[in-house]
Amino acid sequence: MTVPDLLGEALAGVAARPSRLALTTLGTVLGIAALVATLGLGQTAAGQINDQFDRIAAVRVVIESGETDGPDGEVALTQLPWDAPERLGRLAGVEAAGTFASVDVAGAPVRGVPYGTIEQTVPVAGASPGLFDALGARLAGGRFFDGGHEQRADPVVVLGRYAAERLGISRVDSQPSIFIGDRSFTVIGILDAVDYRSEVQDSVIIPMGTARALYGLEAPEAVEIRTALGAAQLIGEQAPIAVDPNEPDLLDVTAPPPPGSLRDTVSADVNGLFLALGGLSLLVGGLGIANVTLLSVLERISEIGLRRAVGAGGLHVAGQFLVESGIVGFLGGLIGSTIGVLATVGVSVVRDWTPLLDIRLALAAPLLGGLIGLVAGTYPAWRASAVEPITALRTA
Amino acid sequence: MTPPVVEMTGVGRVFPGPPAVEAVRDVDLTIQAGEYVSIVGPSGSGKSTLLHLLGLLDRPTHGVYRLDGVDVSTMRERRRTRLRGERIGFVFQAFHLLPHRSVLENVELSMIYLRVPRRERTARARATLERVGLGHRVDFDPLLLSGGERQRVAIARALVARPSLLLADEPTGNLDTGNAASVLALFDELHADGLTLAVITHDDGVSARAERRVRIVDGTVRHAVDAQEVRR
Repeated sequence: MTVPDLLGEALAGVAARPSRLALTTLGTVLGIAALVATLGLGQTAAGQINDQFDRIAAVRVVIESGETDGPDGEVALTQLPWDAPERLGRLAGVEAAGTFASVDVAGAPVRGVPYGTIEQTVPVAGASPGLFDALGARLAGGRFFDGGHEQRADPVVVLGRYAAERLGISRVDSQPSIFIGDRSFTVIGILDAVDYRSEVQDSVIIPMGTARALYGLEAPEAVEIRTALGAAQLIGEQAPIAVDPNEPDLLDVTAPPPPGSLRDTVSADVNGLFLALGGLSLLVGGLGIANVTLLSVLERISEIGLRRAVGAGGLHVAGQFLVESGIVGFLGGLIGSTIGVLATVGVSVVRDWTPLLDIRLALAAPLLGGLIGLVAGTYPAWRASAVEPITALRTA
Repeated sequence: MTPPVVEMTGVGRVFPGPPAVEAVRDVDLTIQAGEYVSIVGPSGSGKSTLLHLLGLLDRPTHGVYRLDGVDVSTMRERRRTRLRGERIGFVFQAFHLLPHRSVLENVELSMIYLRVPRRERTARARATLERVGLGHRVDFDPLLLSGGERQRVAIARALVARPSLLLADEPTGNLDTGNAASVLALFDELHADGLTLAVITHDDGVSARAERRVRIVDGTVRHAVDAQEVRR
């Protein structure tokens, strides 16, 4: 018997009972569909998680002053210019930029007015108005300070969320004041959340101009840049030149790594559980095939006997049932894979996600189905090969 | 001189017990090429066992069975299976046609395991179906055919592999008188063409068509008579 003949006989055997075929494949269809859909949704969901992580991480560029070797062996710190945000604002791809600096208040305590007697050690930070936008800051109340406050060196502050809690200030509509040392500042805003540099939440933030005028701040510590999506790597290269055209190499630039490295770790966790579920449904599907194939062997005893009578050996008969159940498994895998892909796409459409599915998975699923069919068919095939032709041909 | 198609010498078949049953014992049976032999006997006489032995579906526990001069009683199972496909054509009472497969495919089935090339298979199956008068039914589903037509498909399936021996087991058992007559007429024609036939039956009308009648009682061949003698 040639291989094409074996395939032909097996195909005809499968096709002869279409309704049974449908029932037999059902288990595998469900199993493979569950597997593909769960894996697909797992990948899709992980993709969304990554997308959010990436969207935040992928647009942040930070420039900090670097160390430089002075002419006589001293180590000096390069200085960032005050107007760095304006310089950067001219680059295409920069959405917001702002400077940040810790302000040394010489140990002056910070106090809130209603609880004026309680002194708190709260860090003070200077910020240019653009910093809030660059950090993606949201306000719980009030407003950010602007260019006017900065130019006039106004005594205003924006409180970080935790700084506000410690100072006992929760509202700004009554224009509360705080004291840094002996100086009074008007609280004009309280932060709710920031995307980066979360230490500002612990700080009292004053305008850069105020920090220069009152505390003699010499230079910004860092420039925070929020870029357009996908522009971060480019801005990472251009920003130092824009900020310090003479010695761009002396600045420390932190730009996000190329996307992707984070994705894999998250996906692995999510997929582990899904895989177990899909595997379980496949086991059930395989048992279904084994069961129905065994039934089919018992039902087709006379066909087996006839084949033996016309010269089929036990191996021929076993081979045919094996290939038949393999075909059933493959068909189930094919249909299941299709359903799984459609389910992934469907759910993604409803949830407004980008469907992500490894193409190799969609292609391997039918083969997996076929393999399961083959494994499930081994016992029935062995039973078929052991059928005695005499009993099989006894007049029914 | 060509050896006889079937040459059984002292053949016996004991089914191991308990209790052990001696279904067939001490059978000496020779069927020459081109002979038309009927094997008759009441049910339980060992007819079926003899059929299985003749058709290489079973192996004798005693004696020697030569098919076309070759001792097959000690042959390995793989070769017996092959020989069965090549040398023996079976016709069963219950037809044993595959449903949902065309008449042509049913006939071709006999050649699949003999590795006859596909093209030749189809040509031979068509020719054989013509021979049994079913040239107009090749693409039918056997379930749509009458009993007589089904049996003729089965006969075509048995003939197409060009066997040395056509072995028919109650070939008219499921047929009405008219269909039975047409099948028996076909057997007569095939015999006239030189085919060797052995028909196992309990029907005297069927067995009377053969040249020679072998009676089996209690597992052994009592006497062989020729048909003319019976008719007298």
